Amino acid sequence: MAEIDKSGQSAMIDQADERRHIIRQGLGRRRRNEAIFRSLGLAAALSAFGFVVVLFGNIVASGLPAFWQVNIETEVTFDPEVVNIEERPVLQPGQSVAEYRREDLAWQRRVSLANWNALIEAAIRQHAPDSDVDTRSILSIVDPNARFVLRDMVIENPGIVGETVPIRLLGSANADNWIKGTIDRSLPDHRQQLSPEARALADALHEEGVMRMRFASHLFTNVDSRVAPASAGLAGAFMGSLYMMLIVIVLAVPIGVASAIYLEEFAPQNRLTDLIEVNINNLAAVPSIVFGLLGAAVFINVFGLPLSAPLAGGLVLTLMTLPTIIIATRSSLRAVPPSLRQAALGLGASHTQMVFHHVLPVTYPGILTASILGVAQALGETAPLLLIGMNAFVANIPTSPLDQSTALPVQIFLWQGNENRNFFEPRTFATIIVLLGLMLSLNALAIYLRSRFEKRK
Amino acid sequence: MSRRALAGPPQNTNRFAMHDVLSRTKPISADTRIRITARDVNVFYGATQAIRTISMDIPDCAVTAFIGPSGCGKSTFLRCFNRMNDTIEGARVEGRIEIDGEDIYTPDLDVVELRARIGMVFQKPNPFPKSIFDNVAYGPRIHGLVRTRGETEEVVERSLQRAGLWKEVKDRLHEPGTGLSGGQQQRLCIARAIAVGPEVILMDEPCSALDPIATAVIEELIDELRTNYTIVLVTHSMQQAARVSQKTAFFHLGKLIEYGDTEQVFTRPAERQTEDYISGKIG
Ligand SMILES: Nc1ncnc2c1ncn2[C@@H]1O[C@H](COP(=O)(O)OP(=O)(O)OP(=O)(O)O)[C@@H](O)[C@H]1O
Ligand SMILES: [Mg+2]
Repeated sequence: MAEIDKSGQSAMIDQADERRHIIRQGLGRRRRNEAIFRSLGLAAALSAFGFVVVLFGNIVASGLPAFWQVNIETEVTFDPEVVNIEERPVLQPGQSVAEYRREDLAWQRRVSLANWNALIEAAIRQHAPDSDVDTRSILSIVDPNARFVLRDMVIENPGIVGETVPIRLLGSANADNWIKGTIDRSLPDHRQQLSPEARALADALHEEGVMRMRFASHLFTNVDSRVAPASAGLAGAFMGSLYMMLIVIVLAVPIGVASAIYLEEFAPQNRLTDLIEVNINNLAAVPSIVFGLLGAAVFINVFGLPLSAPLAGGLVLTLMTLPTIIIATRSSLRAVPPSLRQAALGLGASHTQMVFHHVLPVTYPGILTASILGVAQALGETAPLLLIGMNAFVANIPTSPLDQSTALPVQIFLWQGNENRNFFEPRTFATIIVLLGLMLSLNALAIYLRSRFEKRK
Repeated sequence: MSRRALAGPPQNTNRFAMHDVLSRTKPISADTRIRITARDVNVFYGATQAIRTISMDIPDCAVTAFIGPSGCGKSTFLRCFNRMNDTIEGARVEGRIEIDGEDIYTPDLDVVELRARIGMVFQKPNPFPKSIFDNVAYGPRIHGLVRTRGETEEVVERSLQRAGLWKEVKDRLHEPGTGLSGGQQQRLCIARAIAVGPEVILMDEPCSALDPIATAVIEELIDELRTNYTIVLVTHSMQQAARVSQKTAFFHLGKLIEYGDTEQVFTRPAERQTEDYISGKIG
């Protein structure tokens, strides 16, 4: 008996040894697979990160210089000979307001007719007393809108006439190119944007410190301009994008989330809901330009919304974003474990209470992410906006979603097609930075909301 | 060597030991009211039948234990009583189930009201991802059973105390219930179920994750609840069934094999299968 036990035992030990051996052999292969898989994953993550770094690095490196522009800091004498204007009209007793307005406008028009460029020329000439540069060359290094700056100063404060005041004027786009070196300085004269005299003058002013780089805050306060590219800004496009973003958030997020909740939690399973479901999935795959066409046909032709308005754009983007939000919200609802639903139902919660007290709270992060993705996608969309006329040139900052406007991605598109490439390429990238900034702040807001929400729980 | 030797001694649930335990329970008197009646109940999951024509009367003010091997349909049958099978896709219930003489499968019955009256403790602990306090307070709140903060706190404390969890969690009531250990979560779910004050309590293996001390607390709770409520208890522990129940039902492969007074089922089983199961030969 003992004999058998012993041999049985040793056989078992042998077996155990063998088993351990087999496991150990297999272990090597398993570890190898694991290592291969891990390194592949790491390589993928690193290359993705690398691409992002290269992309962002490129955008930032190309775009940052556009935030600084050449300025001319000098003193302007408002020569009464040149700015020869009468007193500003005041409201007379017994005069109607409309009449007064008319008089005032006429006065402003007369003020505009003054030869402001002569003042600018004189101001710049004091820095180059000996040279005989021609007027055109001098004015070619100053932004064409500089004269309006002087005019506005006088309208604001007529008492300034006759005085000499320090002033900062924008340099022209071509002067900016020359000083920054975005144009090849060794190009022959006929391929340069500025005349040889103007270039020499710009260099001299730069040397003297009269011409210097300043932060281009007008980029954020001015609208696009055709005559004066240097003073063109993206405030109009920014506001347009902001309005559209608000419209998308206000419309697409609630409608999308509500329909997802309805379809996932409440809708009966029948032909109709199946049809709706299939169509929503198909809509998500429709190219955005088709939505633009649809928007033009429906919102503008049928409902008569104004062309180029952020309202129409926002509605088109809402349509485009809805399927994304619905699909993502539904999948996060579907991921809620049935045990949670049963816990609520088992306690006697109604279906609606189960959804709103238990299911939705755990899906908020998913819904938030879905909404952000949808809104960010809408914010970067260009093609459908072109079809509803949002690439029109608009000279005013829109004050309501019904005003004509453009949008940041459209502005990128417009600027990158501008013929003064040297000047507009960095600006294109600067606009991209602003657009990305807007998206990042949207994301940051979402993260903030989410963390606040989680803390409250 | 045989596998048996490696696996250690078989689960010892022999009848002599059981006899000692059983001496504590008294069979219920004959005039006890019947609370739940089930007639010819069939349950299907899609095409497969999980419950095969079961009829059964469950008495009031008593504990009825469901025993049987894994997968025999205990949980499925239990879920018929509060219509939880409605929430499972593909599940279909046939037959008639009455509680207090009222058919609970008529279309005009309000399931929300039914489930407020019939509490359930699930097999897997499923606390809400909310604070311990809110877990327990949820039921009383939605049913409007508490009006002030003070009342809520009282109900929460009492329920947790009865479930034997109060001492462990009284300083962390506002931490998430999902952060508790498995056994604590199960007791939290028991507290949550009894906080509503249900008339019938369905408990699906409430002690499967509990140590002997916590188990004793829950069994005491069950014993105490029995005086006023109807309790149906699914358990894999023969000892527990013998200790706390007055009626025992033995299920096998979706069929009700034997149903009777606990003492009779454990000491003089009428069916061969029951005897084999109780003595550890099958299951
Ligand atoms: N949701 C479901 N879908 C399909 N089949 C199911 C479902 N739930 C249970 N079943 C099947 O029904 C039968 C009974 O299951 P049930 O959960 O009632 O068993 P049980 O007696 O509670 O087992 P255990 O003791 O392991 O909990 C099993 O064969 C199981 O596979
Ligand atoms: Mg079960």
